[in-house]
Amino acid sequence: MTTITPPLDPAQDEVLHGKEASRAVRKALSSPIASAAVILLSVLWTIPTLGLFINSFRSKEDAATTGWWEFFVHPSFSLDTYKQVLTADGGLTLPLVNSLAITIPATIIPIFIASMAAYALAWMRFRGSDAIFFTIFALQVVPLQMALVPLQQYYVKGLQVFGVTIIPSPHVNGTLAQIWISHTMFSLPLAVFLLHNFVAQIPESLIEAARVDGAPHLRIFRSIVLPLSMPAIASFAIFQFLWVWNDLLVAKTFGSSDPAQQPVTARLQSLTGSFGAHQELLAPAGFIAIVIPLIVFLALQRYFARGLLAGSVKG
Amino acid sequence: MVGTSLGQALPMAPPLATSTFSQASGTLLGAIGAVAGFLAILAVIFFVAGRVTGRLQKPLAVIICLVPALFLLLLGLIVPAITTINNSFKNQQFLGELGTKYVGLKNYQFAFTDSYTLQTILRTFLWLIIVPTITVIIGLVAALLLDRMRRNAVPKTLLFLPTAISFVGASVIWGYVYDYRAPGSPQTGLLSAVVMKLGWHNPPHWLISSPINTFLLMVIMIWIQVGFAMVVLNAALKSIPDEIIESARLEGASGFRLFRTIQVPMIRSTVVVVLTTVMITTLKVFDIVFTVTNGNYNTDVLARQMYADMFVTSQVSRGSALAVILFVIVLPLMFYNIRQLRRERTER
Repeated sequence: MTTITPPLDPAQDEVLHGKEASRAVRKALSSPIASAAVILLSVLWTIPTLGLFINSFRSKEDAATTGWWEFFVHPSFSLDTYKQVLTADGGLTLPLVNSLAITIPATIIPIFIASMAAYALAWMRFRGSDAIFFTIFALQVVPLQMALVPLQQYYVKGLQVFGVTIIPSPHVNGTLAQIWISHTMFSLPLAVFLLHNFVAQIPESLIEAARVDGAPHLRIFRSIVLPLSMPAIASFAIFQFLWVWNDLLVAKTFGSSDPAQQPVTARLQSLTGSFGAHQELLAPAGFIAIVIPLIVFLALQRYFARGLLAGSVKG
Repeated sequence: MVGTSLGQALPMAPPLATSTFSQASGTLLGAIGAVAGFLAILAVIFFVAGRVTGRLQKPLAVIICLVPALFLLLLGLIVPAITTINNSFKNQQFLGELGTKYVGLKNYQFAFTDSYTLQTILRTFLWLIIVPTITVIIGLVAALLLDRMRRNAVPKTLLFLPTAISFVGASVIWGYVYDYRAPGSPQTGLLSAVVMKLGWHNPPHWLISSPINTFLLMVIMIWIQVGFAMVVLNAALKSIPDEIIESARLEGASGFRLFRTIQVPMIRSTVVVVLTTVMITTLKVFDIVFTVTNGNYNTDVLARQMYADMFVTSQVSRGSALAVILFVIVLPLMFYNIRQLRRERTER
């Protein structure tokens, strides 16, 4: 790249500036072949989801005996399977509610715990604060797979060292609280890291001014740090919401196996396992399971991309 | 369940919808109550601590802000990670088993000599090489082509969309692609239908035919991850200054040559970060294999076998050894990524 940097033609440089110049470059680069290739690729990428979507609306018999593309030749439309999947015993209504009931606390609780820690580490200097931040930061390398068995044992009988109980079990066995706590724990290294980076960039003058006025630390956190951190919190919240909603491993490990208490991912996974029986319910169930993250995604795509980028190192 | 037991006890069973409704609202109220309770406790602590003034104020604030996070990290990650490493040197079979003994490296020796486990490890490496490479290639091509297309919002969204879909959801979606029916009957799977149109009269039963099934599972993973790679690489391409592109273009570089000599070298570090990130995700692939084949038909991978060892087949120590192996493979990738992330931050 160093070999090809001739001075720009001064005349041209005068004509084009900023956005205009950028647009001109893009225009000159855009090509119909590239556009066609992109459209082809995106169609190819959409076909599988389209197949599920179409099959979910076809009648039970049609979906079982012919491919979904037959819909374009012999259209058939039925909401029976949707009705069944939403109302039947062991259907998806309760799992949908469970997913919400898991995701809401598992998104909100880490936000507070992590932003408090981020504020303390960024703005209350004390001996060891750097070491603590680095430790939390480094914990991102621990895959949550390492924590499954010991954490599950902790929920059952508390933390024991040589048979002596050091921290008693929280007695939340078999409830959703186990899943909230686990997701909160696993999210903290990333959340503290992300929020710390943001909180640390709050102008010092703002914090100092409040301190001079005699505001205690906790009030500074509540009235200055928390409101100003909203962009970072939003990014993390969307990332965490989708992560928890789409999670299967944590829900399988710490959740109940009772269909009425499973989240949608776990319920959908057990539906795929029941060979033959209720195959017709799979398409509507699949669509119901993905529709909420899709809505969140489509509405907040920009934040999502940002969160994804930042969260790409999550264990 | 509440509904069934009530139905057995009462002559007239309550309609299912009512019991479902009450159970659903109960669950949701419980969750909202938990959040409200959490916030209330926080408010009380803040209020009480706000009364404290003088020398104790700062240490108290530090404790209130830091202790919850540190306690949860200690209990949820640090102690469990140490316990898992410890467990991997023991002979524990059942969850909560007492009186287990240390057996040295036996579990690791087993992992690298048992033919099934060894195959699992090798297959995981196959995933680790193929999935990230293809994902990055497709993502890079898509990012570049998008860069040369105007009004690209819709195709970009369509390519990015699978990223929001859970692995389980994606497995169900692809189930309709890989579905198998005997050649004579009408096909319900897209893949069979397409290859039969192309003249392959006897396509295999895709998901139970090894080794092709492993590659078909990889396709699901690639389908999900390409959107991530594309968005990150597209952002990197956009951050190349226009002057550089423009001057290269005036020099006569265009199309593929511009891509190869200017754009790719300038985003090389981003390409590597995307590659390692997809590698980390791929290493932990559990949901896809668990949902589609449950590790059968020669498709097992490390994270799935580890889960089964721990929670299904009662081989806790062997599973722990697999978790440690996973950790050791992830470690250098993570270190690289985090270092890169830090460097980017300091450069900005």
